[in-house]
Amino acid sequence: MTGKHPSLRSDRRRLMKWAGASAALGSLSFPALVRAQSGPLKVGVILPLSGVLSFPGIATRRGTELAVKMFAEQGVTLDVTYADYESKPENGRVVAERLIRDGCTILIGAWDSGATISAAQACEAAKVPLVVNVGSARQITEQGFTQVFRNFSPSDDIVAHGVQRFKEILRPGFEPKTAVVLHVNDTFGQATSGAVKALWEKSGMGIRIVDMISYDARARDLSVEVAKAKASGADLVAPITRVNDAILIVREMVKQDYNPMAIYGPSSPGPYEKAFTDAMGKYANDYLVSVPWYDASRALTKRVLDRWSKAYPDGRFELNSGFGWESIQVVADAFQRAKSNRSADLHEALRQTHINDHIMAGGPIVFDGKGQNPNIGIPLLQVQNQEPVVVGPKDAAQAAVKLPMTRWSERA
Amino acid sequence: MSRQWWAALVFVAALALLPLGASDYLLSALTLVFIAALVGIAWNLMMGFAGQLSLGHALYFGVGAYTVAILAERYGVTPWIGMGIAFAAGAAIALLIGALGFRFAVRGVYFALLTIAFAEFGRIVFEHWSFVGGTGGFYLKALSATNVPLISLRGGARFNYYALLVTLTFAWWLSVAVVRSAIGYRWRAIRDDEDAARALGVPAFRLKLLAVALSGGLTAIAGGWSGLIGGSLFPDSVLGMRLSIDFIVAPIVGGIGTLFGPILGAFIVVPLNEWSRELAQAAGINGLNLLIYGVLLMAVIIVAPQGGWPWIARRLGLVERVPCRPGEQARNGVAIAASDSTTGDTHGQTSGRTQGQTPSRAQGQTSDRATQ
Amino acid sequence: MNELYVGALINGLLIGAVYALIATGLNLIFGVMRVVNFAHGEMVVIGMYMGYGLWRLTGWPPIATIPFALIGLFAMGYGFQRWIGNAFVARPQHVQFVLYIGLALVITGVHAVIFGPDPMGIQSAASFDVYRVAGLRIDATRLHAALAACVLIALLWAWLRFSLTGKALHAAADNLLGARAIGIRTNHIFALAMGMGAACAGAAGALLAPLYDTQPYLASEFTLLAFIIVIVGGLASLPGALLGGVLVGVAEAFAAVVIEPSAKSLFSYGLLIIVLVLMPQGLLGGRQGAGR
Repeated sequence: MTGKHPSLRSDRRRLMKWAGASAALGSLSFPALVRAQSGPLKVGVILPLSGVLSFPGIATRRGTELAVKMFAEQGVTLDVTYADYESKPENGRVVAERLIRDGCTILIGAWDSGATISAAQACEAAKVPLVVNVGSARQITEQGFTQVFRNFSPSDDIVAHGVQRFKEILRPGFEPKTAVVLHVNDTFGQATSGAVKALWEKSGMGIRIVDMISYDARARDLSVEVAKAKASGADLVAPITRVNDAILIVREMVKQDYNPMAIYGPSSPGPYEKAFTDAMGKYANDYLVSVPWYDASRALTKRVLDRWSKAYPDGRFELNSGFGWESIQVVADAFQRAKSNRSADLHEALRQTHINDHIMAGGPIVFDGKGQNPNIGIPLLQVQNQEPVVVGPKDAAQAAVKLPMTRWSERA
Repeated sequence: MSRQWWAALVFVAALALLPLGASDYLLSALTLVFIAALVGIAWNLMMGFAGQLSLGHALYFGVGAYTVAILAERYGVTPWIGMGIAFAAGAAIALLIGALGFRFAVRGVYFALLTIAFAEFGRIVFEHWSFVGGTGGFYLKALSATNVPLISLRGGARFNYYALLVTLTFAWWLSVAVVRSAIGYRWRAIRDDEDAARALGVPAFRLKLLAVALSGGLTAIAGGWSGLIGGSLFPDSVLGMRLSIDFIVAPIVGGIGTLFGPILGAFIVVPLNEWSRELAQAAGINGLNLLIYGVLLMAVIIVAPQGGWPWIARRLGLVERVPCRPGEQARNGVAIAASDSTTGDTHGQTSGRTQGQTPSRAQGQTSDRATQ
Repeated sequence: MNELYVGALINGLLIGAVYALIATGLNLIFGVMRVVNFAHGEMVVIGMYMGYGLWRLTGWPPIATIPFALIGLFAMGYGFQRWIGNAFVARPQHVQFVLYIGLALVITGVHAVIFGPDPMGIQSAASFDVYRVAGLRIDATRLHAALAACVLIALLWAWLRFSLTGKALHAAADNLLGARAIGIRTNHIFALAMGMGAACAGAAGALLAPLYDTQPYLASEFTLLAFIIVIVGGLASLPGALLGGVLVGVAEAFAAVVIEPSAKSLFSYGLLIIVLVLMPQGLLGGRQGAGR
């Protein structure tokens, strides 16, 4: 789908020349509608570029920028403005309003669920479409917003898929009976932990949740939380974290020498991020997590990975950069089909989205009546040699899963 | 009608006509100014006139916001009623805190810390209360096509603008009426010297409670509007400490204990905040806005600790003189420095110096202060 | 389960000692000037950045940066009070509040401008060190920080009690007029109190740098924490600050174990409300604190 459209391109060029010429002639009666359609598309991207969420925010931005560059080479020029909400969800609305005022007719955002809903309120008021890059709370598509298009899975879907993948790795010698959930207390953490609580009981995994421990999103120290988890004696630790708190949790587990059978994040950022593996080194290994992930077997993915490693030799292409990349793909595709930069036309085009060739695992990108893409695949990842690798499902696995995890004291 | 009433009328009329030529963005920004002014007026009633320092007004604001939003969203109660309930809720909580504080003679710094403690307590409770969504936040559904703004009290930028303008005008009128009534005189008597006022028969306890309740209720209404306009509520954003601090800045910059000060302050502080934030974003320097905001705050308080309004009022010849009716004075039995009591006289604010120390110490200090 | 409670107790005690150092600084400032330093937490964060910065540049352990934090923050505190703060000592409270809130915003802004908003942690092999005592695992960094804090508090105590300047501070706190009458330069004394208070905050910050990831917006939590400790322990009471610090540290650790970790501050604020209403002089309130 990312093929060139030379005819469209020259059409637009001609149109722009014509527009420019008529403007030069001082033709004030030139219809505003056509003028609005002929310019490049102004896209506003809302991300947490500073504050506690800045690591994934910047990774998402890099993926977004790479896609903008790659699509520009193919003739789809997007004029992208980035806006930072400083990791404070309540700023989402203000930031979105400012982008809309500055002439953006489509927005992308906002990595965090709370910020996304907050921004969606502004988009709804101004009737400007919002393409959600990352944001997993179910509420995003349940508030009756007409402008939201989410190319990411709701956390309950991720958790449900995760249950399937997790069942597949159970075997004699690895049959955890109890689990303790450690979760960050914010929009995402509450939604995900709620889903875990509801779905694990029903799943028939035979794992009983013995404690749910919530901690403040601004927590600086998780020693008591980890001590509490250790005291529960659970076989499985299920952290639902951001990246900084994932580091704090593992560091405390090492210090307190708490060795469960496995650490498994059911729908959680953190372990696959470079900030985590760099900070934890050998202690990062064996951490399991189920999240949407890229499909490395596709040609397009290989091309993107290749470009990525040239652009950011010391960065890692992961979930955030992947969905950042796809958010631009969705917008560029809609722009090409709409042949317009008016919000209403883009909205119509987004509803008709059907992208077969994309990079993240799963079926074609489409949006249902609520603006949700239901076709996202969710593999199981494990950190091995300080790199996340796909270990499930079997047909997609890059490596065999390693369980139970190595004791902290026995790591070389 | 006095000159000030004319000035107020012209001001309101100008604001009412403004939307004819303004963009939606400007209107939304001005709506924020009105909300800040509304809270400023409420806070000023308590601090500027009754002399009770609150650093926890975010509590009333947040309770108001959640009350209106939850009633509308979950129970379909129109915000017309919701606002009334929010007022009652804000006033009730303020009464509780006030009663506790005043009954046990918690004064000055201690009272301010008590208000912080309650506000933070409230924030944490909301963060763990699943009924209100906890830290996950509470969201209003998107407006339907059949929405009638006058029933749902939710609408576009223009509707919000007028709604807040009307609310603000009403609150201002209320504050003028109360401050110029007998209650207002007694409040100032309490502010200037509570012990003396009490000795002369002013029912300080009840009057202080009245100030606190009125202030809390009005703040809750401001919160209610803010929730309806924003559509998404998080405990940290509507109940946080940062909000309490933002609230007090506008009235202080505008002039504490004056009737126009909070409005002037809001017109200075809110755009300044927005501008510095945009500047920081444009320059890509995080924290630049805080730096600018902080420097300006310090500059204002060093250069004009009485705030901007007394200065402007003098220039415009609008010095608010409280007509000092002899009857009032006799009944109160308290001499009020009428000429400047509403234009920024704040000496009376009992400072920690005279409260938390031994008598000899207090004497030493008051010698270099003008009043007491 | 026992291990959990004992662990929480030790954790709370250790972190409480560092809290106590922060609170001692706030208490000193309030005791002498009756001024509430709203920028106290920000001063702690300056110390944290000093600890972090020196570790980045030289690789020294943060304890070695204490002298720098002490001197640097003393100079800043003294200078600020001398040039700006002293004019506000006799002003009404809300005016003082705004001055110090402005200062707090400026410090946070400067931090964010220089270091950016992202959390910065000291990641070294030493951060995994533990001492094993009778089956318990005690975090080495935390223990060192607590010991250093206790030493600093003891030194400050001794200085206040035995040095002439310390006695002058006492005198000014007790009776300002009398202090002036006997020729104590109150301008200098006020600036000295602010400098010492800031130095305490800075040193505590340097100790906290390896424990918490440093970022500019941590500050308000420290300010509020210090308020709570000072009020609970008793304003203008140094032993009170120590007791209050340890009490709050332990209370928060236990609250996290018993209730919910994310709700642990609820306990501190609850304690603050109760103490304010029922025991306004604090648990160990001195003469001044009682004289409301």
